[in-house]
Amino acid sequence: MAVAADAVQLETRSWFHRNQQAIAPWLFLAPGVLFFLFYVIFPIFQSFNISLYEWDGLGEAEFIGLRHYEDLYWEFADRDAFFVSLKNNLLWLLLYLLAIPAGLFIALFLNQTVVGIRLYKSLFFFPFVISQVVVGLVFTWFYDPTFGLLNTMLGWVGLGPINVLGDERFVTYGIILAGLWPQTAYCMILYLTGLNAVDPEQIEAGRLDNAKGWKMLWYIIIPQLKPATFIAFVVTIIGALRSFDFIAVMTQGGPFGSSRVLAFYMFEVALSEYGFRMGYGAAIAVVLFLIMLCFIAYFLWSMYRDQKGGR
Amino acid sequence: MFPAPIARSSRTWQITYQTLLPIALLFWLAPLIAVAVFSIKPDADFTTGNYWGWPSTFEGINNYSKVFLESDMPRYLWNSVLITVPTVFGAVALSCMTGFALGIYKFKANLWIFFMFVAGNFVPFQILMVPVRDLTLDLGLYNTKTGLVLFHIAFQTGFCTLFMRNFIRALPFELIEAARVEGVAEWRIFWFVVMPLMRPAIAALAVLIFTFIWNDYFWAVVLTQGAESQPVTAGITSFNAQYRAAYHLMSAGSIVAAIPPVAMFFLLQKHFIAGLTLGAVK
Repeated sequence: MAVAADAVQLETRSWFHRNQQAIAPWLFLAPGVLFFLFYVIFPIFQSFNISLYEWDGLGEAEFIGLRHYEDLYWEFADRDAFFVSLKNNLLWLLLYLLAIPAGLFIALFLNQTVVGIRLYKSLFFFPFVISQVVVGLVFTWFYDPTFGLLNTMLGWVGLGPINVLGDERFVTYGIILAGLWPQTAYCMILYLTGLNAVDPEQIEAGRLDNAKGWKMLWYIIIPQLKPATFIAFVVTIIGALRSFDFIAVMTQGGPFGSSRVLAFYMFEVALSEYGFRMGYGAAIAVVLFLIMLCFIAYFLWSMYRDQKGGR
Repeated sequence: MFPAPIARSSRTWQITYQTLLPIALLFWLAPLIAVAVFSIKPDADFTTGNYWGWPSTFEGINNYSKVFLESDMPRYLWNSVLITVPTVFGAVALSCMTGFALGIYKFKANLWIFFMFVAGNFVPFQILMVPVRDLTLDLGLYNTKTGLVLFHIAFQTGFCTLFMRNFIRALPFELIEAARVEGVAEWRIFWFVVMPLMRPAIAALAVLIFTFIWNDYFWAVVLTQGAESQPVTAGITSFNAQYRAAYHLMSAGSIVAAIPPVAMFFLLQKHFIAGLTLGAVK
């Protein structure tokens, strides 16, 4: 009876009503997907295309095939700007990862219940909420050779002064340290939330088995923090390869271009007084994108693996 | 709890910990405290070399009122508001819909569309820079707040979709099935069943996107130029050019630029942290 009634009802309904479960998702998706395609997905392919042209952004574009990539190769071989940027990007990637253990360390230090601990946690998190431009400025003054806090403190122990941002040997490390400050705060908050979720029974069981300190941390706590570690890893890698604000604010790539990274070099080539070389800039961006793509593929692959377990 | 609760340890260690906390915090925030101190000093202290000593006079009110009354700072701040607030609304609205579609419905392209959003969210900005700048120029929106807002909405939709979809997946699916059995139309399920449950997710995303957009610098430099449309992150650099070597004013300006997201964070801390962990660390 019920089935027959349903059938009658179905026929009287419009086509839209009958198919709404198939159509609805596309209607919900349409605005978001279209927007995203136009502003994010298509531009990626356009950049690939632009990298094959010599173009100043205004006049006629001239097709030159892979010549820009050839130029990049020679810059690499001659240890010129492209080589320096690539090398610095690698440094950023490696050193930025220090934010993960540092964040874990601070999280362990703060994971207590004493009076006012909530406020302490928030204040430790502070650097992440401030814009990178301001953090960059703050650290520029911190490093300042005449009055900076760093040199004042070095003076106390009879060292210095050193001009961190004016010295080719130190400049990249100095900027990375500034970047590590907010990034460590981010990792810290991820681990604090993770530590909250650690199973207390396993800790008790570990204590009964005489696991203490490092052993407890390594064999019982860290495995349970895996989701937090994964996110910390993702955001740190992305952050390292996106580093632009710090360099733009602190050194403008200097001294003598020694603190450039690909993200900044690309901007410099395409949109600064040195001339509007859109094609060459796009070629640099493509290289940066391909580096990032390795990581993106890995992230998506691990998400896909987790997905199969779920609904 | 790990490490072992401090209450269970010896009295001396408890006291050590309690004194260690403020000292560690002082070191951690030293660069910021330095700027805060700078911002209440008079100009004279910098010319006489009294950088770290006690301020000869307290000029906090003077310095900050200069920032607000004699510079373009208020304008930049207002621009930031006009860029950030519409972006938050737009991105959250779009991602509620995309998140709903990807979280509830089963169809072949589902996972691929989801991965498109996630992957797009991770790409370096530079690969988008030249085409997006061009597109904005073609639309006649270069150097306007609208141009910046449109791009931000589109880009943030990637991250927001990831977040919303994961959140909606965790809701009890029986609710939706029950509504369907009752013959409730799909858009009504979205609006009356799912939306009320998404409030915490919407709050978390709104705070997070607010800070992301407020702190954006790259796109502000690429898509806008002057005081009429640039947000405060870009404005602070021209402000500093104007007051070169006037460290007391530059410090006050930096603090003013940094305050809105900080205030947002302290007011809505719980939501903020829920947002950062992407719901993955439950």
